[in-house]
Amino acid sequence: MKRQCDRCEREATVHEMVIRHGKQVEKHLCERCAREEGIAIPAAPSIQDVVKQFVVGQAAAAAAASGAAPATPATQTKSPTCASCGLTFAEFRQSGLLGCPECYKTFEAQIGPLLERAHEGGTHHTGKVPTRGGTAPDPHQRIAKLRKELLDAVAAEQYERAARLRDQLLHTEPGAGEAERAREPNG
Amino acid sequence: MIGLGEHSEWLRPDAPASDVVVSSRVRLARNFAGFPFPNRAKREDKRQIMDLAERHLMRAGLAPRMAWIELSDVSSLERGVLVERHLISKQLAKGDEPRAVAVSTPDERLAVMVNEEDHLRIQVMRAGLALSDAFAQINDIDDRVEAHADIAYHQRFGYLTACPTNVGTGIRVSVMMHLPGLKLTGEIEKVRRAAKGMSLAVRGFYGEGSEAVGDFFQISNQTTFGKSELEILQEFEGQIIPKVIEYERIARRNLLERRKVLVEDRVFRALGTLRHARLLKSDEALELLSSVRLGVTLGLLCGIDPVRVGRLLLLTQPAHLQKQSGRELDQAARRVERATLVRSMLS
Repeated sequence: MKRQCDRCEREATVHEMVIRHGKQVEKHLCERCAREEGIAIPAAPSIQDVVKQFVVGQAAAAAAASGAAPATPATQTKSPTCASCGLTFAEFRQSGLLGCPECYKTFEAQIGPLLERAHEGGTHHTGKVPTRGGTAPDPHQRIAKLRKELLDAVAAEQYERAARLRDQLLHTEPGAGEAERAREPNG
Repeated sequence: MIGLGEHSEWLRPDAPASDVVVSSRVRLARNFAGFPFPNRAKREDKRQIMDLAERHLMRAGLAPRMAWIELSDVSSLERGVLVERHLISKQLAKGDEPRAVAVSTPDERLAVMVNEEDHLRIQVMRAGLALSDAFAQINDIDDRVEAHADIAYHQRFGYLTACPTNVGTGIRVSVMMHLPGLKLTGEIEKVRRAAKGMSLAVRGFYGEGSEAVGDFFQISNQTTFGKSELEILQEFEGQIIPKVIEYERIARRNLLERRKVLVEDRVFRALGTLRHARLLKSDEALELLSSVRLGVTLGLLCGIDPVRVGRLLLLTQPAHLQKQSGRELDQAARRVERATLVRSMLS
């Protein structure tokens, strides 16, 4: 049942119960009157809501621009795709999750405004910056990364790139990797 | 492996502001460069991420003793115990993909989930209100991990995470608060609205997607991008949480001054039920223990040890109850077991 605001004709959407001098006092107010009484109203929707609204909005805008129905498989094929993990922007819209670190570069133009809305106007990271304190990156991780890139290059028939990667891998694998392993204590 | 939490950090009796704040947590979301995020990673990628994580977490001297638990190796009951202890999320407990948690033992102050939504979810916990202390530890751990690992980072976007809601600092600061005073006076809705207006999330005892049971509320930041870790921390620990603590204390004082009989009735009725009930549901136990906790902090119940109440909050949860009794129990059997345990610990 809808309830009228205690102070005006509008519908009451803010309900407050206060116990004052041992008596329970209930207030039912519309948003405007509640604000005038100094009651904080939820100003920002949750980040998940913003993401949802944003992606729906994007889909609608894209559909309007192309004159097609929104988010059909046909329009999805046109959406930008991450070269590293194959995630399309349409898939991101569905799940709300990006596929890999490279996605941030691929979709930078789309993600920038989304983050601004979701994070109270933030446009750039202003916090901690990783420092490696002079130590080289983990050779195991580097090897794993190179191997993966090599396989991807072969799969994509990019043989020149694959050869370069193979050379890098040969250079990395026996030296740094073995030395590092030898120094490690048994866990 | 993990015991029944006798030495768990959050059962420490002398924690700051422990009349209102149960525990403080800081977590950082981190990903290794060069790998897809877990939602898009193949089994083989996840296996490699596990190897990397184990190497970096278990051999970096992050804590004097660490346990490495691969979740596919442990029973669903053990996974339930980890969830109830807030060492892993419900999401990590599910599925059969390679995933793990590294926990410092026996204090359980540090827990790192591997292959949850991000490759690493590092969490540091403290009893009571101690966010700065927790942040100092987690920042040091983060430094040690990234001293050898290549972490996904972008100059503009900061630390890269699977969900853009965590990008930038990747930090989440949260406190578990016990707010029976504000609940009784009805002012809790004001706190909820104010929190929402400041982009804070208010959740229940079990975190994301859970309702507040037993007047326990988890409050955390939602903004991770465009502000530094210290700004986020200071705003939260220096301004927001002290206000909520103050309001709760005022509400309790007012209740004692003006409606003492009502509070006493609630507290003693709860204690009576807990001491005599033969069947107890999980949520019911939480509600009643919450009232007893209030009675202890108000000085109404002098003979009850607050640490024992804290322990009961943990041990009455389903997985802990079954672990304690050494066998699997259906719901009806759990109610009997729960009531028996509570009677023996509160009589």
